[in-house]
Amino acid sequence: MAFVPKPDELARIGHKPPRTGWMDTPVDFRRGTWCYAAKPKNLQALELPNPREWSPERADWKLPANWQEIILEGLRERLQRFRSLQIFMDICVRCGACADKCHYFIGSGDPKNMPVLRAELLRSVYRKNFTTAGKILGKMVGARDLSEDVLKEWFYYFFQCSECRRCSVFCPYGIDTAEITMIARELLNLVGCNIDWVAAPVANCFRTGNHLGLQPHAIKDMIEFAVEDIEKITGVKVEPTFNRKGAEILFVTPSGDLFADPGTYTLMGYLMLFHELGLDYTWSTYASDGGNFGLFTSHEMMKRLNAKIYAEARRLGVKWILGGECGHMWRVINQYMDTLNGPADFLEEPVSPITGTRFEHARTTKMVHITEFTADLIEQNKLNLAPERNEHCRVTFHDSCNPSRSMGLLEEPRYILKKVCRHFYEMPENTIREQTFCCGSGGGLNADENMEMRLRGGLPRANAVRYVHEKHGVNTLACICAIDRAALPPLMDYWVPGVEVSGVHELVGNALVMKGEKKRTSDLRGRPLPDPHTAFGGAIEE
Amino acid sequence: MGIGFSLLLIMALLLAVFFGAGVLGWHLLFGVVIPYAAATIFLFGIIYRVVKWGRAPIPFRIPTTCGQQKSLPWIKPSRIDNPSSAAGVIGRLALEVLLFRSLFRNTKAELRDGPRLAYHWEKWLWLGGLLFHWSFLTIFLRHLRFFTEPVPSFVSFIEGVDGFLRVGVQALYITDILILVAVTYLFWRRVVIPQVRYISLPADYFPLFLILSLAFSGVLMRYFFRVDVSAVKELTMGLVTFHPRIPEGIGVIFYIHLFFVSVLFVYFPYSKMMHLAGIFLSPTRNLANNSRACRHINPWNYPVKVHTYEEYEEEFRGKMREAGIPLEKECG
Repeated sequence: MAFVPKPDELARIGHKPPRTGWMDTPVDFRRGTWCYAAKPKNLQALELPNPREWSPERADWKLPANWQEIILEGLRERLQRFRSLQIFMDICVRCGACADKCHYFIGSGDPKNMPVLRAELLRSVYRKNFTTAGKILGKMVGARDLSEDVLKEWFYYFFQCSECRRCSVFCPYGIDTAEITMIARELLNLVGCNIDWVAAPVANCFRTGNHLGLQPHAIKDMIEFAVEDIEKITGVKVEPTFNRKGAEILFVTPSGDLFADPGTYTLMGYLMLFHELGLDYTWSTYASDGGNFGLFTSHEMMKRLNAKIYAEARRLGVKWILGGECGHMWRVINQYMDTLNGPADFLEEPVSPITGTRFEHARTTKMVHITEFTADLIEQNKLNLAPERNEHCRVTFHDSCNPSRSMGLLEEPRYILKKVCRHFYEMPENTIREQTFCCGSGGGLNADENMEMRLRGGLPRANAVRYVHEKHGVNTLACICAIDRAALPPLMDYWVPGVEVSGVHELVGNALVMKGEKKRTSDLRGRPLPDPHTAFGGAIEE
Repeated sequence: MGIGFSLLLIMALLLAVFFGAGVLGWHLLFGVVIPYAAATIFLFGIIYRVVKWGRAPIPFRIPTTCGQQKSLPWIKPSRIDNPSSAAGVIGRLALEVLLFRSLFRNTKAELRDGPRLAYHWEKWLWLGGLLFHWSFLTIFLRHLRFFTEPVPSFVSFIEGVDGFLRVGVQALYITDILILVAVTYLFWRRVVIPQVRYISLPADYFPLFLILSLAFSGVLMRYFFRVDVSAVKELTMGLVTFHPRIPEGIGVIFYIHLFFVSVLFVYFPYSKMMHLAGIFLSPTRNLANNSRACRHINPWNYPVKVHTYEEYEEEFRGKMREAGIPLEKECG
């Protein structure tokens, strides 16, 4: 891991722009603020262009001889394919409303992290090559040639945007930097400039069905570890099935939940809930990741990785699909999946087998978010809950970028949290819901070597957590995203020590009273329950 | 650099019209030819740009959702900020276009020691922008008086409301003051806020100066150097009825004003001012968030290379069998 300065040092951030104009300020690849280049084997596995050993730090990026031609042709093609790109290239008035809305700008002070300037990096090249004014007037209208320095700048700053869409909430024209970044990354990929923290998971995901590269037997093993832990804690043996044909529901979740703490506790929560409901569902080792780093590579790669979900649902003959807690996975499912790989006419409109609720809002995609599913169960009184068992958790909720700004999944998780926990506190309103701040590591930027930039980008989120930590003693940061569960713990340790990160369904698992369970003495993490007398009070007798 | 260059450009334009119309008396050029040419460029330029945008497809449904989705029946959806229907989208766009909904969310972040982040109330940009655009629209509508005969009643009504303040016998249009103040503010913040100054291009200063000059020449003409209004109307009516006439005795200030309008018309379709049309086509604002309920078609969706289950099982069959995971083909 790169050297990371102390918090008080890192927090000395100047937001004044430098003296030199942005076109004349070259990018500085300072360690700790960028991710390593994609390894050739990962690009080869995906048949992506220009696989080679290279490093952004070195002068020679080993680009193909006609790289400019490739990029400009790629840009031309995308201008024809995406109205969004044309509009976003043409109508920005540079009012600056987006500037201090970006977590990377707030945390780094680098003016090229202002969304407007990040977009201008691409716009300047667009103007020079695709507009009359730009061709004639050049710099006067913000146009410039595509040089190698510009490409390096693109690489640095488009892999310093987590595609969180916060700026697009504030933009008077809805200009979406995520869309611009996605397309800029597509262009970079045309000449082989990706980061390995995106390319490696994508290569894994293509071959094994999940980003971590877990092979079928390993997936089964990991879930069985969780089964054992559940039995130890509750005395109940849950029995998940794998690749089972004829199940009613296919469950797809991010593979991060299987792999490491604290995601594994969320996995335990899912398993306990499904067991308690007697849900007729199956895991798949093939469609073993709903997460999709293709989204961080190109629209085509997103489609290539997403295809397995419908394919597996069809092969197994399930009726509908239930999706776990994951942020960007839900952007793909809500805004892209049906368009990319549908129609899913072999599935049925999702209906909860427990409550009979029809999920009409998912009638074409046929995929339901687990917090929608669970909120419905709780509202219909189908779960026996003992929120006292989360007595030791003083909880706040971190809205993940994608479910909030690309979906609007705001109330469902909150409703669940308020039912399974007794102490719930909101962070300040400028930092939650549609205005939520990124964890600092989204968009495929969760690499160790990028730690300084991640901590900088995570500062606004951490600062809001610190506010409720100090004011209300909040010690649990709940979220519905696997990247959050990986990225927020180091962020909390750095800026707000004493706050644990938890999935919503981990807290559900703690509170869920299961048939035939033994007296619980610890939560899913093995932490002793605070007061067994209150913890087994009214809820069971209800 | 941007400010100086834009100012020079405005000065050059001013000198051109002053000499052309004032000294050399080229009234036909500045009163008829240039306005016609400018209006043509304006009209066809905008159509060209909008058609060009419109011809590009919308492959994906990517609204930015700024409120609760429509999901379970007992959870109240945010119908405007996260629309799930056409009516919601119209509402969202109307709020955006008429009241600058998104800009109203604006805050100012401040990093204090600690570190401690604070987000301050900051509606000045929203207010300045709103006053500027509404004043401009009102002034534009008031000017219809010069292009219609008889003058429609709504124009007179707008004049009445706008001019409720009186200086002597003359109406003082409130929008005349507001537009000067608002544009000056928009310029001021562009210079004073370091980040905004850093991103500003000549292409940002020039339209501000142009509109300021346009408004200022109008104010001078109306309140200070009076021109023969009936002669002006004769000229403007001639333009719209395609029987152009150049009446005698209109002061040079009028030609200056008309020339700035013409420059604005020409500049418009090739500049950021196209946000006027673009906002209606912005895919993060003009689409409903209903892609899980209604299938959205991408016209260029093409087949891609995927890794099929068969290929997957082929590679892992042994391990799957050993782990007791069901297989399609038991041997192979």
